[in-house]
Amino acid sequence: MTDTYAVEARDAVKEFGQGAGAVRALDTVSVAIRQGEFFTLLGPSGCGKTTLLRLIAGFDSPTSGTILLDGQDITDLPPNRRPVNTVFQSYALFPHLSVAENIGFGLEMLGRPKAEVEQRTAEMLALVKLEAMAGRKTAQLSGGQQQRVALARALAPKPKVLLLDEPLSALDLKLRKEMQGELKRLQLETGITFVFVTHDQEEALTMSDRIGVMSGGRILQIGSPREIYARPTNRFVADFIGETNFIPARIRGGAAHLAGGVELKIGQSRADGAATLAVRPEHLRLVPQGMAGALSATVSHSVYFGTDSHVHLKLLDGTELVARQQTDPDGAGEPKPGAVVGISFAPGAVQVLED
Amino acid sequence: MSTSENRQNTRAARNAWLLSTPALVILTLAATGPLMIMFVYSFLTPGKYGNVEWQFSTDAWRGILFTRDIFDNTLKLADAHLTIFWRSVKLSILTTIFTFIVGFPTAWFIAMRPPASRALWLFLITIPFWTNLLIRTFAINQIIRNEGLLNTVLIKAGLIETPINIIYTDTAVFIGMTYVYLPLMVLPLFAAIDRFDLRLLEAGYDLYASRWQVLRRIILPIVRPGIVAGSILVFIPSLGAYVTPRILGGGRQMMIGNFIDLQFGQGRNWPLGASLSVLLLVIVALTLLVYVRVTAPEKTDG
Repeated sequence: MTDTYAVEARDAVKEFGQGAGAVRALDTVSVAIRQGEFFTLLGPSGCGKTTLLRLIAGFDSPTSGTILLDGQDITDLPPNRRPVNTVFQSYALFPHLSVAENIGFGLEMLGRPKAEVEQRTAEMLALVKLEAMAGRKTAQLSGGQQQRVALARALAPKPKVLLLDEPLSALDLKLRKEMQGELKRLQLETGITFVFVTHDQEEALTMSDRIGVMSGGRILQIGSPREIYARPTNRFVADFIGETNFIPARIRGGAAHLAGGVELKIGQSRADGAATLAVRPEHLRLVPQGMAGALSATVSHSVYFGTDSHVHLKLLDGTELVARQQTDPDGAGEPKPGAVVGISFAPGAVQVLED
Repeated sequence: MSTSENRQNTRAARNAWLLSTPALVILTLAATGPLMIMFVYSFLTPGKYGNVEWQFSTDAWRGILFTRDIFDNTLKLADAHLTIFWRSVKLSILTTIFTFIVGFPTAWFIAMRPPASRALWLFLITIPFWTNLLIRTFAINQIIRNEGLLNTVLIKAGLIETPINIIYTDTAVFIGMTYVYLPLMVLPLFAAIDRFDLRLLEAGYDLYASRWQVLRRIILPIVRPGIVAGSILVFIPSLGAYVTPRILGGGRQMMIGNFIDLQFGQGRNWPLGASLSVLLLVIVALTLLVYVRVTAPEKTDG
C-alpha cells in the first residue's frame, strides 16, 4: 500500500452553461479515494455523483479544481490516455463486435500484441463466467450477461481505477442482488480500486468500504457504511439513508433538553443552542407512561409488517415519530391508537445533527 | 360440415385471386413489358431509318465491345465504346466517393442538432429536389462556363488571367453529378447516424481509442448500412446519368446514358441501344445484389 490515494478530487467545480444561467453541478468537491477501496458515491439523482465520475473518467473537464490519479495531476488528460475504465449505466457495448472482441477492444487500442489480447480476453471471459458466449453478438445476450461483458471489457486493460455508473439499475431485483455479490468478488479478486455510483442506499451499505453521500453538488459526509448509518452528521444524510426520527432539542451543558423536561446525555461535545436529534425507529423503545427519562407520546396508529410493526407516535409538541417494534405472536403487546405511552432510547442511539 | 367449410375457403381464395388478377396483369406488364421489348430488340437487326427488322442477330451484343472495320470487315475492339464505359464507371465511383466525403460530415452535423432544428436542416437538404434537374444543371453550367460566375469572379479578383476551362470536361460532369446526387447520400447517412448511440463514443475513448480509431473502428462499421445505401443511391443513377453529362459534358464527354440515346437517335441502331440498356440493367442488378449481401448479416443482429 502506497501513501498516495488512488483518486483524488481537489476543490473540483463543474458548471454547465455560461454566465448567469450556469448550473453548478459540482460545488467545490474534495474527496480522496484509497488504493484498492470499494468507494461509493451515493445520492439522489441530480446530486452531482455522475458528474464527479465523469470528471474522473475525463469525459468532462472541471470548471476549476484538479483531479489526481496515483498522485499525478490528470485534469487535462483526455479519457483515452487515463488508465481508468468505466462500466456505463447503459453498458454501451459495441453492437458490431462479438463478446470477445468487445472485451479485447481496450487492449487492442493500447496496441498490445495479439496473443496477449487473446489470452487476457480468455481470462476475463472465465472471470465473468461467459466462456460459452465468446462468439456471440452482444444483442443476443440477456441483461445480466451484457452487464458482465461490460465489466469484463472495463477490467481487461487492468485499469488503476474502475468507475461504475449505476451499473445495476437496469437489472431486476434478483439479478441485482446476484450482481452485487459478483461485483464485490471481482473487486476483491482483482484488487482494483472501484468507484461506484448509485442512488440505492442498500446497495451502497452492503457493498462499500466507504461511502460519500452527495447532495446538491456537494459531498456531505464520507465514512464507512456503519458510520454513515449510525453516525450521520447532518439531516440530509440521516434522512436519505434509512428511516430516521428527528426530534428538536436544546443543547445546554453537554446534555440535550427535550420537550417535557426530559434530559438526555449526549456523547458529543456540542455548543449550546438549538439542535436536532436523530434516532432510528428501531432504537426507540415503548415503555409504560411516566417512566423516568421517557418522553410521553400518543399512539396515532400502527402498521403491521410481519416481523415487525411500525408504531406512529405523536409527541406533546406535535413532532411525529415512528418506532419499529418486534411483533408478538398474539399481538398482545401492540399499543392501541389513542393510548399514551412513554418513549425511551439509549443515549448511544441518539445522534446530534449539525443544523 | 368440414368439407363445405373447405369448399367455402377454396372459393374465397379463388375469388381473391380473380379479383386481384387485373391489377396483377397490369403490374406484371408494366414491370416486365418494356424490359422484354428491350431484350427482344437487342437480338434483332437495325432498320435503315431506325426501328428494327425482325431478323435474329447477335451483332448488337457483339457491338457493345467490338466494331467491324469499314474496309476489311474484321472485328476489333471498339475503343470509343470502352472510353465511354470507363468514363461512366470512373465518374460514378468518383461521384460516390466525393458525395460520401462531403455527405458524411453534413449528415453527422444534422444528426447532432437538437431535434427541433434537425427537421429544418433536413428540409434544407431536400430543397434542391424542388427544382427540375434540367434547370439545376443549367445553373451549374452558368457558374462554371468560361464566361460564367466562377471565372468572372476569379479574373476580376486578379487570381487568374485566362478562364479555367471546366465546362465540357469530365470535371464538369463530376461536379454536376456530385451536386445533384449529394442529398441521396446525405439522407440515408443521416438515418444511420441518427440511430447511432453516442454513448458508444465515450465507451471508445474510455477504452483508449483515439479519435481516428473511434471513427474507423466504431462509427463507420455501425453506420455501414447507411453508407452502403447512400452509395447505391448515388452510384446507380450516376451510372445511367443522362441530363448532367449532356449539358455539362457537351456531347463529347458522353456517358452510357447518352450513348444509349445516341443509338436510338442519330445512330439509328436500336438493337445496340437495347443491348446497352440491358447491360446497364444487369450492372445495376449486380450492384444491388452486392448491397443485399453486404447488409444482410447486419439485419439478423438487429
